[in-house]
Amino acid sequence: MNPAPEIARALLPLTILGGYLGSGKTTLVNHLLRNANGLKLAVLVNEFGDLPIDQDLIEAQGDDLISIAGGCVCCSYGNDLTLALIDLANMDPRPDHVILEASGVAIPGAISAAINLLPGYRTDGIVLLADAETIRTTAADRYMGDTVLRQLADADLILLNKCDLVDQGALDQTRSWLTQQKPEALIVETVRAIAPPQVVMDSFLDRPRDALRLHLPDEFESRTLYPAPPKTATDLAQVLASESLGLVRAKGFVTVANGTRHLIQVVGRRWQTSPARPKTPDAIVCLGLDNRTDWNAVEALGLSAGVE
Amino acid sequence: MTVIYSAKKIITMGRNRPTASHVAVRDGRILGVGTLEELSGWGEAVLDERFADKVLMPGLIEGHAHTMEGSFWQFTYCGFFDRVDPDGKSWVGAKTIEEVLDRLSKAEALLEDPDAPLSGWQLDPLFFNNKRVTRQDLDSVSTTRPIGVLHASGHILNVNTKALELGGMLKPGINHPGVPLGDDGLPTGELKGPEVMSPLGIHVGFDRDLQACDESGLKAFGKLCVRAGVTTTTDLAARLNPEAVDMMLEVTGADRYPARVVALRYFMGMTPQELIDEVLALKARSTDRLRLGRIKVVTDGSIQGFSARLRWPGYYNGAANGLWYVSPQQLSEVLKLALKNDVMVHTHTNGDEATDLVLDTLDEALKEHPSRDHRFTIQHCQLADSSQFHRMAKLGMCVNLFANHHFYWGDEHYRLTVGPERAERMNACATALAMGVPMAIHSDAPITPLAPLFTAWCAVNRITASGRTQGHSEKIGVAEALYAITMGAAYTLKLEHEVGSIEVGKRADFAVLEDDPTEIGGEKLKDVRVWGTVQDGRIFPVADL
Repeated sequence: MNPAPEIARALLPLTILGGYLGSGKTTLVNHLLRNANGLKLAVLVNEFGDLPIDQDLIEAQGDDLISIAGGCVCCSYGNDLTLALIDLANMDPRPDHVILEASGVAIPGAISAAINLLPGYRTDGIVLLADAETIRTTAADRYMGDTVLRQLADADLILLNKCDLVDQGALDQTRSWLTQQKPEALIVETVRAIAPPQVVMDSFLDRPRDALRLHLPDEFESRTLYPAPPKTATDLAQVLASESLGLVRAKGFVTVANGTRHLIQVVGRRWQTSPARPKTPDAIVCLGLDNRTDWNAVEALGLSAGVE
Repeated sequence: MTVIYSAKKIITMGRNRPTASHVAVRDGRILGVGTLEELSGWGEAVLDERFADKVLMPGLIEGHAHTMEGSFWQFTYCGFFDRVDPDGKSWVGAKTIEEVLDRLSKAEALLEDPDAPLSGWQLDPLFFNNKRVTRQDLDSVSTTRPIGVLHASGHILNVNTKALELGGMLKPGINHPGVPLGDDGLPTGELKGPEVMSPLGIHVGFDRDLQACDESGLKAFGKLCVRAGVTTTTDLAARLNPEAVDMMLEVTGADRYPARVVALRYFMGMTPQELIDEVLALKARSTDRLRLGRIKVVTDGSIQGFSARLRWPGYYNGAANGLWYVSPQQLSEVLKLALKNDVMVHTHTNGDEATDLVLDTLDEALKEHPSRDHRFTIQHCQLADSSQFHRMAKLGMCVNLFANHHFYWGDEHYRLTVGPERAERMNACATALAMGVPMAIHSDAPITPLAPLFTAWCAVNRITASGRTQGHSEKIGVAEALYAITMGAAYTLKLEHEVGSIEVGKRADFAVLEDDPTEIGGEKLKDVRVWGTVQDGRIFPVADL
């Protein structure tokens, strides 16, 4: 079942993948490409060096574009990100979702602000990878420290990667330190940068339910909410993004008190709403994480169809 | 054939014979410099007295410029200061916003295609008491055609309402630090920073390949060189794709191309290994007038754009620290590979923290790949202090300081960016020389005009646009400044065995002057008139351009 046409014709969603060098961005990108499940992903990288895409995924390689199995592509933006994005939006066939692998020293918030200026794009979220082994040292580096801290401050979701390479005590300390840097941070622990695609990109929340079920690891859960009409979409969005609820993501449609319908998108603590006229009934897909998400509170918002 | 030129005076910049009356040229090279009798000893020669009343000095060397200035002159000049275009037309500075708009209107009237964009450059509202230019101002020139005016710094673009419409940005709710909003909630038309300039730029005539110079631009740049007395110039951040290289080889290879272009490959969008491989291949294609095989790495942004990386205490007005344009790891890889492969690297650092990163990184790299004479050069290096210059000297580095900055942005730095104390020691030429760092000074054309004698004047006088002297202790003497724009610059490019002074064996590259820069007085250095150049023995009068 395809996403509702209104969404398909809407802005091209773009996820910014940030994080210092060696944090696992490239590994994550390859994992997402392998699990794209029919979604046409376009990956944007600074340059092709050190092969950003696993060999077995590559179908053809040109100077600026790599064709990848499943209708996905990888493009290098080299000198000018903005122009590369404009070109990408004009591609035929158009990608479904763009992943921008930001350079290790880039400030994701600045990139996000710039992208929001481009007609045709909306930022889906800033996902930041942090190397559990080195993040604290890097944050104290005299040259890169403030850059890394700014990256953390911009993150909607933090993937704390390489958790298998540190002992539990060190991991707890790092988590605690991260929470100090960004109190409402939603932290997902990963090994070898493997995070469910639904966590990284909200386009996967549009996918059919069975696809969701197949790909979610144990610590994640997805439930569908059928909320009663809130006064405004903003009210509901703010609740869904609240720290006490602790959702990773939420996405779907709601009819508000005055009868108009809206799209709500939540990633971590950030939310957006926009007017919508979807062909499907109201429903909000919620993605949660064990030990973090208060499912009782979530369910209290609206009848749930049960655990999926 | 040997030609002996007589001159009122020949300033050689050589230790052996600092001045002379005659110079002999054979096959584009200096056969000798001295008296007519001495030079006649070389055998049959023709005496050419056309320069009898002129002063000759070594052809001036611009160690940091971009040939794209040649391409910029296709746009409408909106600068505050007078500036001469490649064809010799002197554009009077526009002193008010009204004058800028008037100039744009005149250019607009000449455009035949009603939809063609109108592009301007070199705007700087700082000189209008910082009264910002708005889209409504530009709308008074035209509401139907998109208009874009680039600021002198290159970091800000002003556009009209039509341009905003075309770029999809004429809407409320834009929340970006680079897009100031008016009382109506819509963008004012000022766009700050490359990320917001880029999407609009293409609608107003600044297309994506502006970084690269085109054929007519490179030819125009050659003319600018002759007017400025320049015989060797850098193109400091060229993309150098195969088509561009072919074009540059062809243009510079023409019989009457008047300058030697040293083009540095800009590190962007590739791995360090790819860069080195490409640059080594380029080196093999070098010709006498197009020298390839050096690298340019940019580490941070600009001080007046608040994107330079500063050490504590940071920006004077409290602005957040700037941006890194390269990661330490990449910089390290590039430097190591370059040292290993004998490829010269010039790094752009504006802030002093960026300078430190380069010093630390090179220090480490040299442990792995010691090099007796690498001469890696820091470009701009505007905020370096004596300790950093000392390290540069110890590491065998050179520096190319942005002396012109004081004139154009000196007041801004004093008031806003770095504060009085640091502003006074920005571009510290005297300290660099005292610490033994081989030094050059530059214009970074098109940011400031190509004119090494003006740059020398800036380094000697350190006068800001408002007329204040900024940093007496960093002034250098006329002799030191003239050395910096000849031998100093040649040294940073490892060309000092070929150019930079008028001595036997070197290229017959001369700046032919009406006035004597060693006698005119430091305050008048910028007023020295250029008759033309001699490059590889070929004569280029300005009057013939």
